[in-house]
Amino acid sequence: MSVDRDTVLKIARLSRIKLEDERVEPLMGELNNILAWVEQLDGVDTTDVAPMTSAVETSLAWREDQVSDGECAEDVLKNAPVSEYGFFAVPKVIE
Amino acid sequence: MTDLTRLTLAEARDKLHAREISARELTQAHLDAIDGAAALNAYLLATPDRALAQADAADQRLADGTATAMTGIPLAIKDLFCTQGVATTAASHMLEGFVPPYESTVTANLWADGAVMLGKTNLDEFAMGSSNEHSYFGPVKNPWRARGDNTDRVAGGSSGGSAAAVAARLALGSTGTDTGGSIRQPASLTGIVGMKPTYGRCSRWGVVAFASSLDHPGPFSRTVRDNAILLASMAGYDAKDSTSVDRPVPAYESALTGDIKGFRIGVPKEYVVDAMPEEISALWRRGMDWLRDAGAEVVEVSLPHTQYALPAYYIIAPAEASSNLARYDGVRYGLRETVEGGGLADMYEATRGAGFGPEVQRRIMIGTYVLSAGYYDAYYLKAQKVRTLIKRDFDAAFGHVDALLTPTAPNAAFPLGAKLDDPLAMYLNDVFTVTANLAGVPALSLPAGLSSEGLPLGLQVIGKAFDEETVYKVGHVLETAAGFVEAPEPWWAAT
Repeated sequence: MSVDRDTVLKIARLSRIKLEDERVEPLMGELNNILAWVEQLDGVDTTDVAPMTSAVETSLAWREDQVSDGECAEDVLKNAPVSEYGFFAVPKVIE
Repeated sequence: MTDLTRLTLAEARDKLHAREISARELTQAHLDAIDGAAALNAYLLATPDRALAQADAADQRLADGTATAMTGIPLAIKDLFCTQGVATTAASHMLEGFVPPYESTVTANLWADGAVMLGKTNLDEFAMGSSNEHSYFGPVKNPWRARGDNTDRVAGGSSGGSAAAVAARLALGSTGTDTGGSIRQPASLTGIVGMKPTYGRCSRWGVVAFASSLDHPGPFSRTVRDNAILLASMAGYDAKDSTSVDRPVPAYESALTGDIKGFRIGVPKEYVVDAMPEEISALWRRGMDWLRDAGAEVVEVSLPHTQYALPAYYIIAPAEASSNLARYDGVRYGLRETVEGGGLADMYEATRGAGFGPEVQRRIMIGTYVLSAGYYDAYYLKAQKVRTLIKRDFDAAFGHVDALLTPTAPNAAFPLGAKLDDPLAMYLNDVFTVTANLAGVPALSLPAGLSSEGLPLGLQVIGKAFDEETVYKVGHVLETAAGFVEAPEPWWAAT
């Protein structure tokens, strides 16, 4: 599987990363090198092997379904690039 | 007066408790050393006011008898740990100016025990890298230089600043995180001790996420004993991290008995790689001799899927990173770049295009690709199956040995820029360390000798899950036998 120019642009769009034109060509080479290298995994027989879900055997802890945190809207908004009236503010989405 | 930065953490603890020195003077000595070491670029931020306030509080605890082993101990914190009210950048333009309103669990544990924060240390952006050259704030320089050669060398990565700070005596210990070797490889390259504990031992809460199933917080120090003391304070169950494991934390320092008679230590035959310099093989054999001399039996073991660990890692880690780093959208925190007349999607793309460096963008794109429709099974699912096989390799080996001995890295510290243009060559630095992240087992790097050029080389001890005690015990025996006392010449010290 080889990545072409259009695929690089498509991955960048899916990743929501704006790429300058001069980055596309080098990235194509780098991604192809890395993908060609990881394809050596095709040589491993994984028939009947379950994919790992957790490195250490453990079960998730349960807790009471009750509020344990909150009432800190000011803290939550403190690092926002733009906030207004107690909300995060973003560019207009609906015309 | 003796130079207080030359003490080990354990010595400082004993002197603090005996009231021979004060936490304030110990902290001040380190702050002065940091002031004179700007050339290393190890710290991104020093926090002297906070440090001295914490030191005074520590002196109070030492006076009223409520002190712990960590009270008054000055530490450096990797700038990936969120620290309440203190800027946390992950060495990224994306998080420049971010001031967390909360404290990570690991650092909160340290402060509760009375430790002192000297500042925040440099790293590869979002912990992605093996040389600390992928930092938005410039590379860390290794305190070590080759004999008769003034070339600046990398400190390893991603926790390069935390490693350099301890090696250059700018802190008695520090915190790091290890996703593929980011504690152990810099420890090896800077001649200090670094531990990646078992997955779940140290809470990940409040640590900026890279690859959640592989990220492990852990300590750096100059001795194995210091490391054991640090981990005992950092570790522990945390309800805020769903993968934190609820098991008692042993008194690790008590494990350092020096007695490994009858232990079986495995040497994995697959860790003999073509490109490895002979002096690293020689050091590894010396390590085996030291263990035999201490009464252990050294046996060859096989971890047959070792060669597939790095490729599997470079699917799983970017996949998790692409998901974790989706949160940097210019809305809730960090950088925002807008486009004149543009909408929300334009803002996302402009923000992420400007905020992430090239290596982070590369990994997000790889991760996005391997998780995208049509490729998920071929890449991601396949890698997770290979991960199961790698874990089984370890389970099988640990069925008949107590610990494993390997080199930590395939090379000593290399010159700045030497591998920067070749991502794959850089990735190969983690060939011996990444397996323990995939399997979640504890692994320690300790300095064991110098290369022919006079640069430090490390050995790695890997143990069973939750058996950090054996890892420390074996590490301590190796440390004693190696007698590594060399320290770098302080060429960086401003006079």
